[in-house]
Amino acid sequence: MRMTITEKILAAHAGLEKVSPGELINARLDLVLANDITGPLAVKEFRKIGVDRVFDKDKVVMIPDHFAPAKDIPSAQQCLEIKEFSREQGLTRYYEVGRNGIEHCFLPEQGLVVAGDVVIGADSHTCTYGGLGAFSTGVGSTDLAVGMAMGEIWFRVPESIKFVLYGRPKNKWVSGKDYILAIIGKIGVDGAQYKTMEITGEAISDLSVDGRLTMTNMAIEAGAKNGIIAADEKTVRYMTGRAKRPWKIYQSDPDAVYEDVIEIDVTDLEPQVAFPHLPSNTRPVSDSTRVKIDQAVIGSCTNGRWEDLVTAARIIKGKKIHPDVRAIIIPGTQEIYLKAVKEGLAEIFVEAGAVVSTPTCGPCLGGYMGILAKGEKAVSTTNRNFVGRMGHAESEIYLASPAVAAASAVLGRIGSPEEVL
Amino acid sequence: MQKLKGKVWRAGNDIDTDLIIPARYLNTHDPEALAAHCFEDMDPGLIKKMEPGDILVAGKNFGCGSSREHAPIAMKHAGFSCVIAENYARIFYRNAINIGLPIIVAPEAARLIQEGEEVEVDPADGAIKNLSTGQVYRGEPFPSFMLDILAAGGLIPYVREKVRARG
Repeated sequence: MRMTITEKILAAHAGLEKVSPGELINARLDLVLANDITGPLAVKEFRKIGVDRVFDKDKVVMIPDHFAPAKDIPSAQQCLEIKEFSREQGLTRYYEVGRNGIEHCFLPEQGLVVAGDVVIGADSHTCTYGGLGAFSTGVGSTDLAVGMAMGEIWFRVPESIKFVLYGRPKNKWVSGKDYILAIIGKIGVDGAQYKTMEITGEAISDLSVDGRLTMTNMAIEAGAKNGIIAADEKTVRYMTGRAKRPWKIYQSDPDAVYEDVIEIDVTDLEPQVAFPHLPSNTRPVSDSTRVKIDQAVIGSCTNGRWEDLVTAARIIKGKKIHPDVRAIIIPGTQEIYLKAVKEGLAEIFVEAGAVVSTPTCGPCLGGYMGILAKGEKAVSTTNRNFVGRMGHAESEIYLASPAVAAASAVLGRIGSPEEVL
Repeated sequence: MQKLKGKVWRAGNDIDTDLIIPARYLNTHDPEALAAHCFEDMDPGLIKKMEPGDILVAGKNFGCGSSREHAPIAMKHAGFSCVIAENYARIFYRNAINIGLPIIVAPEAARLIQEGEEVEVDPADGAIKNLSTGQVYRGEPFPSFMLDILAAGGLIPYVREKVRARG
């Protein structure tokens, strides 16, 4: 059939035998998602369509996570808007603060998305779920409103670029974050514009599901429509016991057509740091050690998962956060938060002098819970280092892995875990 | 659709949606409130200097980053009649069409048109005329169904029509 995973998933959801890049299709949606920033606007547009009910009350997810727990009165109002809409529509998938998490950590964890799904979310990092072998992509609020009303949406079938990561990194701290930063550094922030990034290779087989979700999470940072990693036995283990629905595993055909195949040898790859003000502005951590920092953030939909906290705790355990640094650690979900408390990670962080926050997107997008003043610099495990993203337009963000962020928090400057341990 | 005419403001490559409307203002979706902060971190005076109908000309990958539809909404309500760029990030592109902000893919025009020049754009066929220099450029025409969306005034009126027809 000569199809990629993405083409197979889209064909199955469009009721077609085969689809080809460039083709416009209508695809059935397994799940649609909005948050406290994009949800209110989607609700406003939904009201204008002329339908009374969403297409399926079990397939619309609303999560207050961006400016929640509400940071101010207008934010509280926006949170209330999606809560009231969820009540009115009888949505079974509204998740209140205290029982939720950062949406792209929460949905896979709760088994709300599974391999083979088509998911849209009014959040650009919806592409995360490709790490489970699903097709998922970010849309705006109006597209989301239409998705909520109709249960389907139009797509242009994207061309696929295949990334083959081979070798085993000699540096044990190299993670999924370093792989994806290295890829974006190579192809640029528009290197996969409108396209699928299909990521494969032995380095990916070796990578945990948490690490894979980090990689597909940042596909948007290369302009991609979606990132996707074929589900394997690790994915099945991850989904088992969580999945709320049956999954379907697709593989690309051996003769599937790719616009480009990019091979990357990760053997000698170092942890990566993306300098201001683009995620593509990457350097190896060894070339980044002169940057003094004021803040370290470990969390977000990119790196707020269990494995990320474990890595940070291994480095921070028994050490003190540098006197000049604020370290802010944000577990991605309530489940991860509880585990961090039970298994002593929270104690390690607090003992070291770090803040452990409730799950929220807060600082990543300059909302709250760690805003930068003029001239301040942060190392952050988040996904964007645009001008003003985390605070003042003259502040600076350096994107890195949890290992590098944790080491940097102790060092007071960007550095590698070897310098601390 | 009628032709658009306005004075040009220039922006560079990879203008992200945080620059178009910083997230710190996303605690509301009121279009006028958003418009007041449009491009604040890029050029704080721009909104006061510009006039309704002005046109933004940018380089590659315009609108990259967040999916916030607040970005094209802020631009539309700030008074921009149209965007011309070499190319766009895909979510911004869809959002702009969906809310009825014409955006034209025109690499040559995007490279050559200068700030302060007066241009005329025909969104229906992508024709761009630089009234200051007399040069004419051809932007990429929209696929027919996107023209239908734009002609309907955005995605919602377009879908409303389909819902009504379905009965």
